[in-house]
Amino acid sequence: MSVSAYKTPAPGDAAVVFDGVSKHFAASGKSGGFTALDNVSLSVGRGSITGIIGRSGAGKSTLIRLVNGLEKPTGGKVLVYGVDVGALDEAGLRELRRSVGMIFQHFNLLSSRTVFGNVALPLEIAGMDKHAIEKRVRPLLDLVGLADKHGRYPSELSGGQKQRIGIARALATEPKLLLSDEATSALDPETTQSILELLKRINADLGLTVLLITHEMEVVKAVTSDVAVIDHGRIVERGHTFDVFTHPKHETTRAMLSGLPGSKLPDAVSRALKPQATIGDRAVVRLTFFGAAAERPLISQLIKSVGAEVNIIAGTIDEIGGRPYGSLVVAYGADAETAGRAERFFTENGLVTEVLGYVA
Amino acid sequence: MSPDILLKIWGATLDTLYMVAAAGLIGSLIGLPIGIFLATSGKGELFPAPMTNRIVGLIVNAARSTPFIILVVAIIPFTRLLTGTSIGTKAAIVPLTIATIPFVARLVEAAIREIDKGLIEAARAMGATPMQIVFKVLLAEARPALTMALTMTAVSLIGYSAMVGAVGGGGLGDLGIRYGYQRFMPDVMLVVVIVLIVLVQLVQSAGDGLARRFDRRSRKN
Repeated sequence: MSVSAYKTPAPGDAAVVFDGVSKHFAASGKSGGFTALDNVSLSVGRGSITGIIGRSGAGKSTLIRLVNGLEKPTGGKVLVYGVDVGALDEAGLRELRRSVGMIFQHFNLLSSRTVFGNVALPLEIAGMDKHAIEKRVRPLLDLVGLADKHGRYPSELSGGQKQRIGIARALATEPKLLLSDEATSALDPETTQSILELLKRINADLGLTVLLITHEMEVVKAVTSDVAVIDHGRIVERGHTFDVFTHPKHETTRAMLSGLPGSKLPDAVSRALKPQATIGDRAVVRLTFFGAAAERPLISQLIKSVGAEVNIIAGTIDEIGGRPYGSLVVAYGADAETAGRAERFFTENGLVTEVLGYVA
Repeated sequence: MSPDILLKIWGATLDTLYMVAAAGLIGSLIGLPIGIFLATSGKGELFPAPMTNRIVGLIVNAARSTPFIILVVAIIPFTRLLTGTSIGTKAAIVPLTIATIPFVARLVEAAIREIDKGLIEAARAMGATPMQIVFKVLLAEARPALTMALTMTAVSLIGYSAMVGAVGGGGLGDLGIRYGYQRFMPDVMLVVVIVLIVLVQLVQSAGDGLARRFDRRSRKN
């Protein structure tokens, strides 16, 4: 299957457009100036779940805060549903923020308010009357599965429950766009999955656009349809999540992907890996396959065509953006004849391969 | 101890409570907004006014570092202007209030600065106005700490109110000085001290209890 060309959503179809956005923090006191974002252009399709992934300090927190005007760009424009955020005054910003929900890594719930009171807060802020608030909050607590906890205080809840309350609170004003700032980074893997499932369901059921930032590839893999990789304030790679995962182009993306289970070589192998082959060595090759290729008996065919021993070193079968995807690391003789036969086999079958190195 | 003296002690106790209550109430009402201002007017905060913040901070520090007994004497003209006299319980309320304002302001500032900045960010992201953030987030979240601050204020005021006795302010301190010290009646002095200790204990336990009730951060049950 070929990589589908990534089409930028047309401005009319975009929930958020970053147009040549820069953010420079001026020098103050001891610290010198710092460029958090450098000419970033990116659009987020309506109804998509778009992920922005990067290491800490890459600028992703700043980027997401530009969307609801918590930070102001020093250059470029941010459009949210066609509205130029930078051109809004304080009152305009407040109105925009009421149509954009946000969830946080540390939940940011008020300890002095009950679950109900926390979800009601944005509605009180918007000036809604008590009766209407009551009517709006109940179904939201049902949606996140915490209706029975409405009178509890945040300190009595687990991390996952707190984030569910955070999500209910973010949805209270019926926003079209949900910003997620490392929402699962403080949660254990199991809870992370359940929160991600909830985000997916909300995206599907309410047609809500989700823009999330994270440093975890697992999160991007599990929920996003589109992804942008940010490094040192620049977008270094972007596309459909499936394509970026299966054909990572930038080294930052590759480095981040290598942390995923199944992508990592066993330590003993990676230690023994050499860049050049000597006589009698074996080549270590990563095969990536998806779509139809995933359903053919590749291994047995590979062994037949190579005509030599093939070792499986690591492998995973997974789903990215709902599409099956496999990655297999194999080793076979590095001599010209065997390697040539293997390469022919890969080309014939349309497999994407990458030679990782050689082992004795 | 004669019934006459006991009656005097009772009267002095009421005077002390009156002074503490009046100065505490007025001082807190003025000190609270100043404390909120100090906590929210720094650079990049809710009501950014760094210059005014610095000036108010300086005035608060100056008032805080003036010894109370000197403050009492120094503002006598002002006290006379407000109450028409410089001696007695009513007059004592003026310096007590003046001393309370910066005290409360700094405690309130500290209580508010304790609040997680993430909560302010979350409220901003909801479209809250700075005023809504103050009332719905800052004051609500700081309630346990504010209760402790007001308790501390009341306790300090009880001590200060005994000091104004030295300049004819009335109350328990005044009684202790005039009878216990100047007329050599150690038993009166002892009773005065015991009454003060009991007052402080009562105020402190009431404040602690209230603060615990307000604090939802780590409920055991």
